[in-house]
Amino acid sequence: MATTLFSKVWDDHVVEERPDGSVLLYIDRHLVHDATSPQAFSALRAEGRRARHPAASLAVADHLVPTDGRAAAPRLAVQIAALEANAREFGIPVLPLGSPTQGIVHVVGPEQGFVLPGLTVVCGDSHTSTHGAFGALAFGIGTSEVEHVIATQTLVQTRPREMRITIAGRPGPGVAAKDVALAVIASIGAAGGAGHAIEYAGPTVAAMAMEERMTLCNMTIEAGARTGMIAPDATTLDWLEGRPMAPSGADWQAATGHWRTLASDPGARFDREVAVDVSGLEPQVTWGINPAQTVAVTGRVPDPEAIADAGLRQAARRALAYMDLAPGTAMTAIRPSRVFIGSCTNARLSDLRAAAAVARGRRVADGVIAQVVPGSGLVRRAAEAEGLDRIFIEAGFQWHEPGCSMCVAINGDRVPAGERCASTSNRNFEGRQGPGARTHLVSPAMAAAAAIAGRFVDVREMI
Amino acid sequence: MEPFVRVASVAAPLPIDNVDTDVIIPAEFGVTMERGGLGPHAFNGLRRFPDGSERPDFVLNREPWRHAKILVAGANFGCGSSREHAPWALRDFGFRAIVAPSFADIFYGNCFRNGILPVRLPAAVVTDLMEQAGQGANAVFTIDLESQALVAPDGTRHDFAVDPWRRRCLLEGLDEIGATLAGAAAIERFEAGYARRRPWAARAG
Repeated sequence: MATTLFSKVWDDHVVEERPDGSVLLYIDRHLVHDATSPQAFSALRAEGRRARHPAASLAVADHLVPTDGRAAAPRLAVQIAALEANAREFGIPVLPLGSPTQGIVHVVGPEQGFVLPGLTVVCGDSHTSTHGAFGALAFGIGTSEVEHVIATQTLVQTRPREMRITIAGRPGPGVAAKDVALAVIASIGAAGGAGHAIEYAGPTVAAMAMEERMTLCNMTIEAGARTGMIAPDATTLDWLEGRPMAPSGADWQAATGHWRTLASDPGARFDREVAVDVSGLEPQVTWGINPAQTVAVTGRVPDPEAIADAGLRQAARRALAYMDLAPGTAMTAIRPSRVFIGSCTNARLSDLRAAAAVARGRRVADGVIAQVVPGSGLVRRAAEAEGLDRIFIEAGFQWHEPGCSMCVAINGDRVPAGERCASTSNRNFEGRQGPGARTHLVSPAMAAAAAIAGRFVDVREMI
Repeated sequence: MEPFVRVASVAAPLPIDNVDTDVIIPAEFGVTMERGGLGPHAFNGLRRFPDGSERPDFVLNREPWRHAKILVAGANFGCGSSREHAPWALRDFGFRAIVAPSFADIFYGNCFRNGILPVRLPAAVVTDLMEQAGQGANAVFTIDLESQALVAPDGTRHDFAVDPWRRRCLLEGLDEIGATLAGAAAIERFEAGYARRRPWAARAG
């Protein structure tokens, strides 16, 4: 029978199907970070439970870590220290703070080869969908499930429905994977993927580099789906080969033999099929408070009263009030005072290169504070080896240490109330980058362009 | 885990779609090593002015809803971050059930593990319940997990669906990890086969 990529990975991990319809699913890899794990470790300790397979987890602090070289505030420092102490107590490997391997979980997991095709990967973070880029079944979980995985190496799940999003068309220069992701979310809506596992397919996806695929899969949760997968191919294997924790030798041969079987078979059935054409897609800027509220940079803030759907109309009214935007305003007339280039969505080397290409030889506009926060210590080093740090610093950008930083805004980096931020992160929710902060999601190149111009501009005019 | 069998209460109407977990509990309050104590910060941005004082017009700052055990919400409730701090904050505030046309997947699962029953009902029904909820102290809703039914203040009964495993966990207040470990033999059998089938997967990491 023709089978989907999702089904192949799911079926390979079913420990037990129960009469009530639930499935005990085996979990291969578990990423652990500082923000959502302390309560799981406390509960394990209270119940006298141990880690079933400590080496199947990997711990790294990212959410709370300072990125400006200063010491963490005491309440953050305590929780960062707790992660490393908890991991040691339960025998879980740690990428320690201050080591070059530290960084955002969703950057370092792939970087280390910890995440592989065909595996089940979980983390107490919704952007775990990122790892679907490798053909892993990867999804975010709550803290109680973090506890369940450490103790049992399994999770109780119900099988989701399946959706395939086939993307066609080659976007032009200056149009990034981030723009494709926003276009996909806009096409199915902020809850369009709820209850589904998504597979991204089609020529546009096949042509994407690994880091672009990670950006696309990362944003899957913003369309409501927990997991978004891409079948592994030569691009995937080239990227993974030689990574520190990836299989080698005979293991590599056996693994790649399996990975080549993972694509959805011709004729495999999906509960829903969606086609998105991105030829002619323009750089996107979000105008609202969910990532589906996006428009081309050449466009204007929509008029809520012109939106036919009552729910979307109401949401748009609410968004414009929070964002302090008037209907009909040209996106290029909107002036951010902050620029954030970073996050698990867009803080990999190719993202920093795209931003640096725009920043090179230019200056950040007066009144704009722009910061670049690499996704990991290794990304930071690689960028410095290419001189990207010099380009950013000479252009007036701040060059930070790795971490989640201003995406989740709990490490001390935040956007002041009422200010507007051009951000390469994944969420423009109310208060996400700080109470009263107004976030516009863009690609790294678009963020750099906004920093230089002091307003949103079509980056295609600058490259 | 805290069981849930039945709740009778006024219901607070929150007619907003896509209420994300950052709105339910802003991340700054999520810097904590505890599960408890988050109730005062639930819906902080909607509930309080920047100086911390209450916004008098927000539903949870008004009688009788500041004591509501049921929340009636818009579509895609709980979207965004996977933080379990969201159901922790709602439970600590006093909520035992949330009624909405749809929930975000991760949040929906997190509720069950924290003694909160999320109830999915058709959008038109939720709109009607929202209006009844707004009527105040005499508008008492009853939600019964055993019979999988919500009875509205006007006496209308609405049946709802719940996944049988989640229903059982919540009714019995089951320790899900303990239940899984009780079946550890199945995990051991799986692991033995998996190690032969995918040795590279079991070895790496």
